[in-house]
Amino acid sequence: MVRFENVGLRYGLGPEVLRDLTFQIPAHSFQFLTGPSGAGKTSLLRMLFLSLRPTRGLVNLFGQDVSLLNKDAIAGLRSRIGIVLQDFRLLDHMTTYENVALPFRVMGRSESSYRKEVIDLLKWVGLGERMEALPPILSSGEKQRAAIARAVIARPQLLLAGTAVIIATHDIALMDQYDARRMVLHESRLHIYE
Amino acid sequence: MIGSRDQSHQPGQPRNVSPIVPRGSISGRALVAVVAIMTFLASITTGVVLLVRASAGEWQSDIASEITIQVRPAQGRDLERDVANVAEATRAQPGILDVRPFTKAESAKLLEPWLGTGLSLDDLPVPRVIVARVTPGTALDITELRQRLRQINPNASVDDHRAWIERMRSMTGAIVLAGTGVLILVIIATIISVSFATRGAMAANRPIVEVLHFVGAQDSFIANRFLRHFLRLGLEGGLIGVVAAMLVFGFSESVAGWFSGTAVGDQFAALLGTFALPASGYLVLLAQAVLIAAITAWASRRTLFATLDDID
Repeated sequence: MVRFENVGLRYGLGPEVLRDLTFQIPAHSFQFLTGPSGAGKTSLLRMLFLSLRPTRGLVNLFGQDVSLLNKDAIAGLRSRIGIVLQDFRLLDHMTTYENVALPFRVMGRSESSYRKEVIDLLKWVGLGERMEALPPILSSGEKQRAAIARAVIARPQLLLAGTAVIIATHDIALMDQYDARRMVLHESRLHIYE
Repeated sequence: MIGSRDQSHQPGQPRNVSPIVPRGSISGRALVAVVAIMTFLASITTGVVLLVRASAGEWQSDIASEITIQVRPAQGRDLERDVANVAEATRAQPGILDVRPFTKAESAKLLEPWLGTGLSLDDLPVPRVIVARVTPGTALDITELRQRLRQINPNASVDDHRAWIERMRSMTGAIVLAGTGVLILVIIATIISVSFATRGAMAANRPIVEVLHFVGAQDSFIANRFLRHFLRLGLEGGLIGVVAAMLVFGFSESVAGWFSGTAVGDQFAALLGTFALPASGYLVLLAQAVLIAAITAWASRRTLFATLDDID
Protein backbone atom coordinates (compact mmCIF):
# COMPACT_ATOMS: atom_id res chain seq x y z
CA MET A 1 0.00 0.00 0.00
CA VAL A 2 2.91 2.30 0.81
CA ARG A 3 6.25 1.75 -0.87
CA PHE A 4 9.38 3.87 -0.45
CA GLU A 5 12.41 3.17 -2.60
CA ASN A 6 15.73 4.87 -1.89
CA VAL A 7 13.92 7.98 -0.78
CA GLY A 8 16.00 10.96 0.22
CA LEU A 9 14.84 14.31 1.48
CA ARG A 10 16.64 17.57 1.95
CA TYR A 11 15.39 21.05 2.69
CA GLY A 12 16.76 23.53 0.23
CA LEU A 13 20.51 23.10 -0.14
CA GLY A 14 20.94 21.59 3.34
CA PRO A 15 22.12 18.08 4.10
CA GLU A 16 19.78 15.17 3.57
CA VAL A 17 17.58 14.78 6.62
CA LEU A 18 16.40 11.41 5.38
CA ARG A 19 18.59 9.07 3.37
CA ASP A 20 17.95 5.87 1.45
CA LEU A 21 14.60 5.06 2.96
CA THR A 22 13.37 1.78 1.55
CA PHE A 23 10.37 0.06 3.10
CA GLN A 24 6.88 -1.16 2.46
CA ILE A 25 3.78 -0.95 4.56
CA PRO A 26 1.31 -3.68 3.66
CA ALA A 27 -2.44 -3.26 4.08
CA HIS A 28 -4.00 -4.15 7.45
CA SER A 29 -0.73 -3.67 9.29
CA PHE A 30 0.30 -1.53 12.20
CA GLN A 31 3.69 0.14 12.55
CA PHE A 32 5.47 2.18 15.14
CA LEU A 33 7.78 4.93 14.01
CA THR A 34 10.29 6.17 16.49
CA GLY A 35 13.64 7.86 16.77
CA PRO A 36 15.35 10.63 18.67
CA SER A 37 14.16 14.16 18.44
CA GLY A 38 15.13 15.72 15.13
CA ALA A 39 15.61 12.37 13.41
CA GLY A 40 13.03 13.25 10.78
CA LYS A 41 9.86 11.54 12.03
CA THR A 42 7.69 14.50 11.14
CA SER A 43 9.35 14.84 7.74
CA LEU A 44 8.62 11.19 7.01
CA LEU A 45 5.05 11.65 8.19
CA ARG A 46 4.65 14.66 5.91
CA MET A 47 5.99 12.69 2.97
CA LEU A 48 3.48 9.96 3.73
CA PHE A 49 0.81 12.63 3.75
CA LEU A 50 2.05 14.14 0.49
CA SER A 51 2.68 17.56 1.96
CA LEU A 52 6.39 17.08 1.24
CA ARG A 53 7.82 15.59 -1.89
CA PRO A 54 11.00 13.51 -1.75
CA THR A 55 14.05 15.12 -3.30
CA ARG A 56 15.01 11.73 -4.70
CA GLY A 57 13.77 8.20 -4.81
CA LEU A 58 10.31 6.84 -5.37
CA VAL A 59 7.25 7.18 -3.17
CA ASN A 60 4.38 4.98 -4.19
CA LEU A 61 1.05 5.36 -2.45
CA PHE A 62 -1.93 3.13 -3.17
CA GLY A 63 -0.12 1.98 -6.29
CA GLN A 64 0.51 5.49 -7.64
CA ASP A 65 3.79 7.28 -8.07
CA VAL A 66 3.18 10.48 -6.13
CA SER A 67 5.65 12.54 -8.15
CA LEU A 68 3.30 12.28 -11.12
CA LEU A 69 0.23 13.61 -9.34
CA ASN A 70 -1.30 17.06 -9.73
CA LYS A 71 -2.84 18.99 -6.84
CA ASP A 72 -6.35 17.68 -7.31
CA ALA A 73 -5.15 14.08 -7.49
CA ILE A 74 -3.18 14.66 -4.29
CA ALA A 75 -6.33 15.97 -2.65
CA GLY A 76 -8.08 12.80 -3.82
CA LEU A 77 -5.39 10.58 -2.28
CA ARG A 78 -5.49 12.56 0.94
CA SER A 79 -9.15 11.81 1.36
CA ARG A 80 -8.05 8.17 1.65
CA ILE A 81 -5.58 9.04 4.41
CA GLY A 82 -6.52 10.07 7.92
CA ILE A 83 -4.10 12.15 9.93
CA VAL A 84 -3.96 13.13 13.59
CA LEU A 85 -1.36 15.72 14.41
CA GLN A 86 -0.04 16.50 17.83
CA ASP A 87 -1.79 19.87 17.94
CA PHE A 88 -5.04 18.26 16.70
CA ARG A 89 -5.88 21.11 14.30
CA LEU A 90 -9.55 21.38 15.12
CA LEU A 91 -11.37 24.44 13.75
CA ASP A 92 -12.36 26.59 16.71
CA HIS A 93 -15.39 28.21 15.11
CA MET A 94 -17.07 24.90 14.40
CA THR A 95 -18.75 22.52 16.81
CA THR A 96 -17.23 19.12 17.55
CA TYR A 97 -19.87 17.56 15.32
CA GLU A 98 -19.03 19.91 12.44
CA ASN A 99 -15.31 19.30 12.86
CA VAL A 100 -15.75 15.54 12.67
CA ALA A 101 -18.14 15.85 9.72
CA LEU A 102 -15.72 18.06 7.78
CA PRO A 103 -14.22 15.31 5.57
CA PHE A 104 -17.71 14.41 4.34
CA ARG A 105 -18.60 18.06 3.79
CA VAL A 106 -15.46 18.54 1.72
CA MET A 107 -16.46 15.53 -0.41
CA GLY A 108 -19.67 17.37 -1.19
CA ARG A 109 -21.91 14.78 0.43
CA SER A 110 -25.31 15.84 1.75
CA GLU A 111 -25.59 16.04 5.49
CA SER A 112 -28.45 13.59 5.77
CA SER A 113 -26.26 10.89 4.21
CA TYR A 114 -23.69 10.99 6.99
CA ARG A 115 -25.29 12.54 10.06
CA LYS A 116 -26.04 9.24 11.75
CA GLU A 117 -22.55 7.94 11.06
CA VAL A 118 -20.93 11.00 12.63
CA ILE A 119 -23.19 10.92 15.68
CA ASP A 120 -22.56 7.20 16.19
CA LEU A 121 -18.80 7.66 16.03
CA LEU A 122 -18.90 10.63 18.40
CA LYS A 123 -20.92 8.56 20.90
CA TRP A 124 -18.48 5.68 20.50
CA VAL A 125 -15.47 7.85 21.36
CA GLY A 126 -17.37 9.29 24.32
CA LEU A 127 -18.18 12.71 22.86
CA GLY A 128 -21.92 12.14 22.58
CA GLU A 129 -22.61 14.90 25.07
CA ARG A 130 -20.10 17.30 23.52
CA MET A 131 -21.31 17.38 19.92
CA GLU A 132 -22.43 21.00 20.08
CA ALA A 133 -19.38 22.16 22.03
CA LEU A 134 -16.73 24.31 20.39
CA PRO A 135 -13.14 22.97 20.56
CA PRO A 136 -11.78 25.72 22.86
CA ILE A 137 -13.89 24.41 25.73
CA LEU A 138 -12.96 20.75 25.20
CA SER A 139 -10.36 19.11 27.43
CA SER A 140 -7.21 18.00 25.66
CA GLY A 141 -8.29 14.37 25.89
CA GLU A 142 -11.59 15.29 24.28
CA LYS A 143 -9.79 17.26 21.57
CA GLN A 144 -7.60 14.27 20.83
CA ARG A 145 -10.62 11.99 20.53
CA ALA A 146 -12.36 14.50 18.28
CA ALA A 147 -9.24 14.71 16.08
CA ILE A 148 -9.03 10.91 15.86
CA ALA A 149 -12.74 10.74 15.06
CA ARG A 150 -12.24 13.25 12.23
CA ALA A 151 -9.29 11.21 10.94
CA VAL A 152 -11.19 7.93 10.80
CA ILE A 153 -14.73 9.07 9.94
CA ALA A 154 -14.30 8.66 6.20
CA ARG A 155 -12.76 5.18 6.65
CA PRO A 156 -9.27 6.00 5.42
CA GLN A 157 -7.05 3.23 4.13
CA LEU A 158 -4.06 4.73 5.88
CA LEU A 159 -4.08 6.34 9.29
CA LEU A 160 -1.15 8.49 10.37
CA ALA A 161 -0.73 9.86 13.83
CA GLY A 162 1.80 12.33 15.15
CA THR A 163 4.09 12.24 18.15
CA ALA A 164 1.83 13.08 21.07
CA VAL A 165 -0.66 10.57 19.84
CA ILE A 166 -0.19 6.95 20.65
CA ILE A 167 0.95 5.61 17.34
CA ALA A 168 4.29 7.23 16.69
CA THR A 169 6.03 7.77 19.96
CA HIS A 170 9.20 7.90 22.00
CA ASP A 171 7.59 5.64 24.52
CA ILE A 172 9.33 2.31 24.06
CA ALA A 173 7.46 0.83 27.01
CA LEU A 174 4.18 1.52 25.29
CA MET A 175 5.49 0.02 22.08
CA ASP A 176 6.45 -3.10 24.00
CA GLN A 177 2.83 -3.65 24.89
CA TYR A 178 1.91 -4.07 21.25
CA ASP A 179 3.23 -6.60 18.87
CA ALA A 180 3.95 -4.48 15.85
CA ARG A 181 6.79 -3.74 13.52
CA ARG A 182 9.01 -0.92 14.72
CA MET A 183 10.58 1.53 12.36
CA VAL A 184 13.35 3.49 14.06
CA LEU A 185 14.85 6.56 12.47
CA HIS A 186 18.45 7.11 13.48
CA GLU A 187 21.01 9.41 11.89
CA SER A 188 18.78 9.99 8.87
CA ARG A 189 18.42 6.28 8.19
CA LEU A 190 15.60 3.92 8.89
CA HIS A 191 16.09 0.70 10.79
CA ILE A 192 13.30 -1.80 10.80
CA TYR A 193 12.82 -4.29 13.62
CA GLU A 194 10.34 -7.01 12.88
CA MET B 1 -28.86 27.55 21.61
CA ILE B 2 -29.65 24.72 19.26
CA GLY B 3 -33.14 26.05 18.77
CA SER B 4 -31.86 29.50 18.00
CA ARG B 5 -29.56 28.14 15.31
CA ASP B 6 -32.24 26.29 13.45
CA GLN B 7 -35.88 26.00 14.31
CA SER B 8 -36.70 23.09 12.05
CA HIS B 9 -34.73 20.20 13.46
CA GLN B 10 -35.28 18.29 16.66
CA PRO B 11 -33.28 19.30 19.70
CA GLY B 12 -30.20 17.20 20.26
CA GLN B 13 -29.57 16.76 16.54
CA PRO B 14 -26.39 18.60 15.65
CA ARG B 15 -26.13 20.07 12.18
CA ASN B 16 -23.69 21.81 9.90
CA VAL B 17 -24.57 25.44 10.29
CA SER B 18 -21.21 27.14 10.61
CA PRO B 19 -19.67 28.39 7.41
CA ILE B 20 -16.28 26.79 6.83
CA VAL B 21 -14.72 30.23 6.47
CA PRO B 22 -16.36 32.50 9.07
CA ARG B 23 -17.49 35.85 7.77
CA GLY B 24 -15.99 37.74 10.69
CA SER B 25 -12.52 36.45 9.84
CA ILE B 26 -12.40 38.57 6.71
CA SER B 27 -11.79 42.22 7.38
CA GLY B 28 -14.48 43.21 4.95
CA ARG B 29 -15.35 46.73 5.98
CA ALA B 30 -12.24 48.31 4.52
CA LEU B 31 -12.69 46.41 1.28
CA VAL B 32 -16.35 47.41 1.01
CA ALA B 33 -15.27 51.04 1.49
CA VAL B 34 -12.57 50.76 -1.18
CA VAL B 35 -14.90 49.11 -3.70
CA ALA B 36 -17.62 51.68 -2.89
CA ILE B 37 -15.26 54.60 -3.43
CA MET B 38 -13.89 53.11 -6.64
CA THR B 39 -17.38 52.43 -7.97
CA PHE B 40 -18.41 55.96 -7.06
CA LEU B 41 -15.45 57.48 -8.92
CA ALA B 42 -16.01 55.23 -11.91
CA SER B 43 -19.71 56.11 -12.00
CA ILE B 44 -19.08 59.85 -11.79
CA THR B 45 -16.51 59.59 -14.57
CA THR B 46 -18.76 57.55 -16.81
CA GLY B 47 -21.71 59.82 -16.06
CA VAL B 48 -19.80 62.97 -16.98
CA VAL B 49 -18.46 61.36 -20.15
CA LEU B 50 -21.99 60.37 -21.13
CA LEU B 51 -23.27 63.89 -20.45
CA VAL B 52 -20.52 65.57 -22.44
CA ARG B 53 -20.95 63.19 -25.33
CA ALA B 54 -24.69 63.72 -25.44
CA SER B 55 -24.37 67.53 -25.29
CA ALA B 56 -21.58 67.57 -27.84
CA GLY B 57 -23.71 65.51 -30.17
CA GLU B 58 -26.48 68.09 -29.82
CA TRP B 59 -24.20 71.06 -30.51
CA GLN B 60 -22.65 69.40 -33.47
CA SER B 61 -25.92 68.54 -35.12
CA ASP B 62 -27.27 72.05 -34.44
CA ILE B 63 -24.21 73.82 -35.72
CA ALA B 64 -23.47 71.53 -38.61
CA SER B 65 -26.96 72.02 -39.96
CA GLU B 66 -26.50 75.77 -40.12
CA ILE B 67 -24.26 78.15 -42.00
CA THR B 68 -23.97 81.87 -41.42
CA ILE B 69 -23.40 84.47 -44.12
CA GLN B 70 -22.16 87.86 -43.18
CA VAL B 71 -22.79 90.86 -45.40
CA ARG B 72 -20.70 93.89 -44.58
CA PRO B 73 -21.94 97.35 -45.43
CA ALA B 74 -19.88 99.34 -47.93
CA GLN B 75 -19.84 102.91 -49.07
CA GLY B 76 -22.29 103.65 -51.81
CA ARG B 77 -24.20 100.40 -51.56
CA ASP B 78 -27.68 99.71 -50.29
CA LEU B 79 -27.24 97.17 -47.50
CA GLU B 80 -30.91 96.09 -47.55
CA ARG B 81 -30.71 95.25 -51.22
CA ASP B 82 -27.38 93.49 -50.83
CA VAL B 83 -28.83 91.31 -48.11
CA ALA B 84 -31.87 90.46 -50.20
CA ASN B 85 -29.67 89.55 -53.21
CA VAL B 86 -27.33 87.39 -51.20
CA ALA B 87 -30.26 85.66 -49.50
CA GLU B 88 -31.82 84.99 -52.89
CA ALA B 89 -28.61 83.52 -54.27
CA THR B 90 -28.16 81.35 -51.22
CA ARG B 91 -31.69 80.02 -51.49
CA ALA B 92 -30.95 78.97 -55.06
CA GLN B 93 -28.03 76.84 -53.93
CA PRO B 94 -28.91 73.09 -53.84
CA GLY B 95 -28.88 71.62 -50.31
CA ILE B 96 -30.21 74.77 -48.63
CA LEU B 97 -33.43 74.20 -46.81
CA ASP B 98 -34.26 77.60 -45.50
CA VAL B 99 -32.75 81.08 -45.47
CA ARG B 100 -33.46 83.70 -42.87
CA PRO B 101 -31.85 87.14 -43.06
CA PHE B 102 -31.70 88.88 -39.70
CA THR B 103 -33.49 92.20 -39.71
CA LYS B 104 -31.83 95.38 -38.59
CA ALA B 105 -33.51 95.10 -35.17
CA GLU B 106 -32.34 91.52 -34.74
CA SER B 107 -28.79 92.46 -35.65
CA ALA B 108 -28.93 95.23 -33.08
CA LYS B 109 -30.05 92.71 -30.52
CA LEU B 110 -27.01 90.52 -31.26
CA LEU B 111 -24.77 93.46 -30.47
CA GLU B 112 -26.64 94.53 -27.38
CA PRO B 113 -24.45 92.67 -24.89
CA TRP B 114 -21.43 94.56 -26.19
CA LEU B 115 -22.78 97.94 -27.08
CA GLY B 116 -25.76 98.35 -24.78
CA THR B 117 -29.27 99.41 -25.71
CA GLY B 118 -30.57 102.62 -27.22
CA LEU B 119 -28.00 102.70 -29.97
CA SER B 120 -28.94 103.66 -33.46
CA LEU B 121 -27.47 101.22 -35.95
CA ASP B 122 -27.77 103.81 -38.69
CA ASP B 123 -24.67 105.47 -37.25
CA LEU B 124 -22.60 102.30 -37.34
CA PRO B 125 -21.48 100.08 -40.18
CA VAL B 126 -22.96 96.95 -38.67
CA PRO B 127 -22.79 93.84 -40.82
CA ARG B 128 -25.92 91.81 -41.36
CA VAL B 129 -26.21 88.13 -40.70
CA ILE B 130 -28.09 85.63 -42.84
CA VAL B 131 -28.70 82.21 -41.32
CA ALA B 132 -29.23 79.35 -43.76
CA ARG B 133 -30.28 75.89 -42.70
CA VAL B 134 -28.77 72.99 -44.58
CA THR B 135 -30.94 70.03 -45.52
CA PRO B 136 -29.79 67.26 -43.17
CA GLY B 137 -27.86 64.51 -44.89
CA THR B 138 -26.82 66.48 -47.96
CA ALA B 139 -23.32 67.56 -48.72
CA LEU B 140 -23.41 71.27 -49.32
CA ASP B 141 -20.73 72.59 -51.64
CA ILE B 142 -19.47 75.45 -49.51
CA THR B 143 -16.73 76.49 -51.93
CA GLU B 144 -19.15 76.86 -54.78
CA LEU B 145 -21.53 78.88 -52.62
CA ARG B 146 -18.68 81.08 -51.50
CA GLN B 147 -17.59 81.79 -55.09
CA ARG B 148 -21.09 82.52 -56.27
CA LEU B 149 -21.77 84.95 -53.43
CA ARG B 150 -18.48 86.73 -54.04
CA GLN B 151 -19.53 87.40 -57.63
CA ILE B 152 -22.78 88.92 -56.41
CA ASN B 153 -21.30 90.87 -53.55
CA PRO B 154 -17.60 91.07 -52.62
CA ASN B 155 -18.57 92.05 -49.09
CA ALA B 156 -20.36 88.76 -48.30
CA SER B 157 -18.52 86.00 -46.49
CA VAL B 158 -19.62 82.49 -45.61
CA ASP B 159 -18.87 81.08 -42.18
CA ASP B 160 -19.47 77.35 -42.05
CA HIS B 161 -18.53 76.63 -38.41
CA ARG B 162 -16.37 73.76 -39.50
CA ALA B 163 -13.42 74.86 -37.43
CA TRP B 164 -15.68 75.06 -34.41
CA ILE B 165 -17.05 71.61 -34.92
CA GLU B 166 -13.54 70.26 -35.33
CA ARG B 167 -12.53 71.86 -32.04
CA MET B 168 -15.54 70.60 -30.24
CA ARG B 169 -15.03 67.14 -31.61
CA SER B 170 -11.46 67.07 -30.36
CA MET B 171 -12.55 68.41 -26.98
CA THR B 172 -15.18 65.73 -26.62
CA GLY B 173 -12.64 63.17 -27.71
CA ALA B 174 -10.23 64.43 -25.07
CA ILE B 175 -12.87 64.20 -22.35
CA VAL B 176 -13.82 60.66 -23.38
CA LEU B 177 -10.15 59.70 -23.46
CA ALA B 178 -9.51 61.20 -20.01
CA GLY B 179 -12.58 59.41 -18.68
CA THR B 180 -11.41 56.11 -20.08
CA GLY B 181 -8.01 56.69 -18.48
CA VAL B 182 -9.62 57.35 -15.09
CA LEU B 183 -11.73 54.21 -15.45
CA ILE B 184 -8.68 52.09 -16.22
CA LEU B 185 -6.84 53.50 -13.20
CA VAL B 186 -9.85 52.89 -10.96
CA ILE B 187 -10.13 49.30 -12.14
CA ILE B 188 -6.42 48.65 -11.62
CA ALA B 189 -6.58 50.17 -8.12
CA THR B 190 -9.60 47.99 -7.35
CA ILE B 191 -7.80 44.84 -8.48
CA ILE B 192 -4.77 45.68 -6.37
CA SER B 193 -6.85 46.45 -3.26
CA VAL B 194 -8.85 43.27 -3.67
CA SER B 195 -5.69 41.19 -4.10
CA PHE B 196 -4.29 42.62 -0.88
CA ALA B 197 -7.53 42.02 0.98
CA THR B 198 -7.72 38.45 -0.32
CA ARG B 199 -4.15 37.75 0.68
CA GLY B 200 -4.87 39.16 4.14
CA ALA B 201 -7.95 37.01 4.51
CA MET B 202 -6.04 33.92 3.40
CA ALA B 203 -3.25 34.65 5.87
CA ALA B 204 -5.77 35.14 8.68
CA ASN B 205 -7.44 31.86 7.78
CA ARG B 206 -4.33 29.84 7.06
CA PRO B 207 -5.10 27.27 9.80
CA ILE B 208 -8.47 26.63 8.19
CA VAL B 209 -6.89 26.20 4.78
CA GLU B 210 -4.37 23.75 6.20
CA VAL B 211 -7.07 21.67 7.86
CA LEU B 212 -9.09 21.66 4.66
CA HIS B 213 -6.03 20.34 2.86
CA PHE B 214 -5.67 17.65 5.54
CA VAL B 215 -9.15 16.37 5.01
CA GLY B 216 -8.62 16.15 1.27
CA ALA B 217 -10.30 19.33 0.02
CA GLN B 218 -9.44 20.37 -3.51
CA ASP B 219 -8.24 23.91 -4.16
CA SER B 220 -11.44 24.81 -5.97
CA PHE B 221 -13.51 23.80 -2.94
CA ILE B 222 -11.40 25.97 -0.64
CA ALA B 223 -11.34 28.89 -3.08
CA ASN B 224 -15.12 28.82 -3.38
CA ARG B 225 -15.55 29.14 0.41
CA PHE B 226 -13.59 32.39 0.25
CA LEU B 227 -14.96 33.59 -3.05
CA ARG B 228 -18.48 33.66 -1.66
CA HIS B 229 -17.46 36.30 0.85
CA PHE B 230 -15.58 38.40 -1.66
CA LEU B 231 -18.35 38.36 -4.22
CA ARG B 232 -20.71 39.57 -1.54
CA LEU B 233 -18.31 42.29 -0.38
CA GLY B 234 -17.84 43.39 -3.99
CA LEU B 235 -21.57 43.60 -4.62
CA GLU B 236 -22.11 45.49 -1.37
CA GLY B 237 -19.39 48.05 -2.19
CA GLY B 238 -20.51 48.36 -5.80
CA LEU B 239 -24.09 49.00 -4.76
CA ILE B 240 -23.15 51.66 -2.21
CA GLY B 241 -20.89 53.42 -4.73
CA VAL B 242 -23.36 53.43 -7.58
CA VAL B 243 -26.29 54.56 -5.44
CA ALA B 244 -24.18 57.45 -4.13
CA ALA B 245 -23.23 58.41 -7.70
CA MET B 246 -26.86 58.22 -8.85
CA LEU B 247 -27.87 60.49 -5.98
CA VAL B 248 -25.18 62.95 -7.05
CA PHE B 249 -26.53 63.01 -10.60
CA GLY B 250 -30.10 63.21 -9.34
CA PHE B 251 -29.29 66.12 -7.05
CA SER B 252 -27.09 67.97 -9.48
CA GLU B 253 -30.08 68.24 -11.78
CA SER B 254 -31.88 70.20 -9.09
CA VAL B 255 -28.74 72.07 -8.11
CA ALA B 256 -28.24 73.08 -11.73
CA GLY B 257 -31.84 74.30 -11.61
CA TRP B 258 -31.09 76.57 -8.64
CA PHE B 259 -28.06 78.04 -10.34
CA SER B 260 -29.63 78.62 -13.71
CA GLY B 261 -29.38 82.28 -14.63
CA THR B 262 -26.06 82.75 -12.85
CA ALA B 263 -22.83 82.85 -14.81
CA VAL B 264 -21.62 79.53 -13.39
CA GLY B 265 -24.97 77.85 -13.99
CA ASP B 266 -25.13 79.04 -17.58
CA GLN B 267 -21.57 77.94 -18.21
CA PHE B 268 -22.33 74.45 -16.94
CA ALA B 269 -25.57 74.34 -18.83
CA ALA B 270 -23.72 75.24 -22.03
CA LEU B 271 -21.16 72.51 -21.43
CA LEU B 272 -23.26 69.70 -20.03
CA GLY B 273 -26.75 70.55 -21.16
CA THR B 274 -29.35 70.20 -18.43
CA PHE B 275 -27.22 67.78 -16.38
CA ALA B 276 -29.96 65.26 -16.90
CA LEU B 277 -28.57 61.77 -17.21
CA PRO B 278 -30.98 59.76 -19.34
CA ALA B 279 -32.45 56.52 -17.97
CA SER B 280 -30.07 54.56 -20.16
CA GLY B 281 -27.20 56.38 -18.43
CA TYR B 282 -28.38 55.08 -15.07
CA LEU B 283 -28.50 51.58 -16.53
CA VAL B 284 -24.93 51.97 -17.76
CA LEU B 285 -23.86 52.97 -14.24
CA LEU B 286 -25.63 49.96 -12.76
CA ALA B 287 -24.00 47.63 -15.28
CA GLN B 288 -20.67 49.19 -14.41
CA ALA B 289 -21.21 48.51 -10.68
CA VAL B 290 -21.95 44.87 -11.46
CA LEU B 291 -18.81 44.77 -13.59
CA ILE B 292 -16.73 46.13 -10.71
CA ALA B 293 -18.21 43.51 -8.36
CA ALA B 294 -17.34 40.84 -10.92
CA ILE B 295 -13.80 42.21 -11.19
CA THR B 296 -13.56 42.05 -7.39
CA ALA B 297 -14.56 38.39 -7.41
CA TRP B 298 -12.22 37.60 -10.31
CA ALA B 299 -9.22 39.34 -8.69
CA SER B 300 -9.96 37.54 -5.44
CA ARG B 301 -10.20 34.18 -7.19
CA ARG B 302 -6.90 34.70 -8.99
CA THR B 303 -5.16 35.58 -5.71
CA LEU B 304 -6.83 32.65 -3.95
CA PHE B 305 -5.44 30.08 -6.35
CA ALA B 306 -2.01 31.71 -6.35
CA THR B 307 -1.94 31.70 -2.54
CA LEU B 308 -3.29 28.15 -2.24
CA ASP B 309 -0.27 26.93 -4.15
CA ASP B 310 1.94 28.31 -1.38
CA ILE B 311 0.01 26.80 1.52
CA ASP B 312 0.36 23.09 2.08
